[in-house]
Amino acid sequence: MPALFVVPAVLAIGFLAIPLFGLLGQVSWGHLLGELGDPQVRVALRLSLECSLGAVAISLLIGVPLAYLLARVDFRGHSVVRALTTLPMVLPPVVGGVALLLAFGRRGLAGQWLDRAFGITLPFTTAGAILAEAFVAMPFLIITTEAGLRAMDRRFEDAAATLGAGRWTTFRRVTLPLIGPSLGAGAALCWARALGEFGATITFAGNLPGTTQTMPLAVYLALENDLQAAVALSLVLLVVSLALLIAMRDRWFPTA
Amino acid sequence: MLRSRFIRLAPLAVAVAVLAAACGSNDDNSSNGSSASGSATEIKVFAAASLTAAFGKIGQDFTAANPNTKVTFNFAGSQALATQIQQSAPADVFASADTTNMGKVSSLVNTPTNFSSNLLQIVVAKGNPKGIKTLSDLSHPDAKVVLAAPDVPAGKYAAQALSAQHVTVKPVSLEDNVKAVITKVSLGEADAGIVYVTDVTAGGDKVEGVDIPNSQNVVATYPIATVKASTHQSQAQSFMDMVTSDQGQQVLKSFGFLPPPSS
Repeated sequence: MPALFVVPAVLAIGFLAIPLFGLLGQVSWGHLLGELGDPQVRVALRLSLECSLGAVAISLLIGVPLAYLLARVDFRGHSVVRALTTLPMVLPPVVGGVALLLAFGRRGLAGQWLDRAFGITLPFTTAGAILAEAFVAMPFLIITTEAGLRAMDRRFEDAAATLGAGRWTTFRRVTLPLIGPSLGAGAALCWARALGEFGATITFAGNLPGTTQTMPLAVYLALENDLQAAVALSLVLLVVSLALLIAMRDRWFPTA
Repeated sequence: MLRSRFIRLAPLAVAVAVLAAACGSNDDNSSNGSSASGSATEIKVFAAASLTAAFGKIGQDFTAANPNTKVTFNFAGSQALATQIQQSAPADVFASADTTNMGKVSSLVNTPTNFSSNLLQIVVAKGNPKGIKTLSDLSHPDAKVVLAAPDVPAGKYAAQALSAQHVTVKPVSLEDNVKAVITKVSLGEADAGIVYVTDVTAGGDKVEGVDIPNSQNVVATYPIATVKASTHQSQAQSFMDMVTSDQGQQVLKSFGFLPPPSS
């Protein structure tokens, strides 16, 4: 390793580690247990889990078919669709929230139709929060799954076809198990991103304890009146993220 | 080869150029008036969101009268600003929408002065489609009401007004500052909200206000103070003096603010 890299590498480690220690150092551990018992914290945690898992479910339902389309079918506009799926990853989340409002808000492009035809409004609802989280997190699932689909050995699918398996059977019994690790990694990334989503949620879904106030929103608001509560909430999220990392340690880069 | 590399980099170059142009034009606007002789000092004024328009004007008047001093504003919920000051954010002046948040930083600021007051108003979409006329109409199950969060001064005042009238409102969202309440109503997402009289005026033609009778209303008191840790004490004091001067008071009045309570 070039000697020139040693100092920058150490700086990078420090840069990433110091905020972590800052957070851990600020905690009053006795207070922490009290915070975790606080009903408002529990409500925010439960809601966060509910919404993030809902976002993963949506992402699996519509994201996996899209990943399949991108990986296996060559069609005109392929690169446009690819750009579309990566867009939420690079778009600032709050911009995503504004876009969602203009699309699915009560007077939005699709939203006004939903309101008039079905009486469904999405802002200020838990469904709206799930939607916001799905919007920003789905690309992670799609990209990882697509990579897995491209990397797998397609001869197994061919073999299944020669043995008389239909397309759906082949997907269910051959493809899915083979891309299992990529799918799992993608779902985990998707879940982590959804859990941490803030900008799009607060802009589109709003902020109401029990309905749309997920953990990141609760942290943001707690910062303004009770720093210790914010720190405790932050720690919970940190522990969840760490657990996820540890669970994924071997699968972080599934194509590698 | 070289040409294909150029083509691939072109969109990135365009994006950077657009960002640079946007940043450049912002600099032009804010450095207007401070390019006079000598080095310009800059003071940072942390002010409640409801003061955005009025303080913007006072800031312009201040820079016109003091060409060597640039004023930059940080408008947010007073509770957010107080927390930032507690975390040593570089503020020179703090103007809060309530005395509680000024009290939170009392050890960090010099003696505050009350410079203005404000009243609450119900804000509804233009045309008032849900026909909201009183505070108690807000408790109607069909009405989607947005309030500022309880720690935001506007949210606290609204809660006071509602509980005094024994009205229970189930808001659909609790916003982080009072301007966000207006935004949700003007976007058509919410049917009504409780904001300051001055915010409805600033909200433009997408919203209109429904008056709350004085007997049911809550008077918001706005204090202003210079920050002890400021390195520009004299300029900070000058700004504060301008706000409390006849000129500043006229500007505030023109935006719908009321004189400070006579203590």
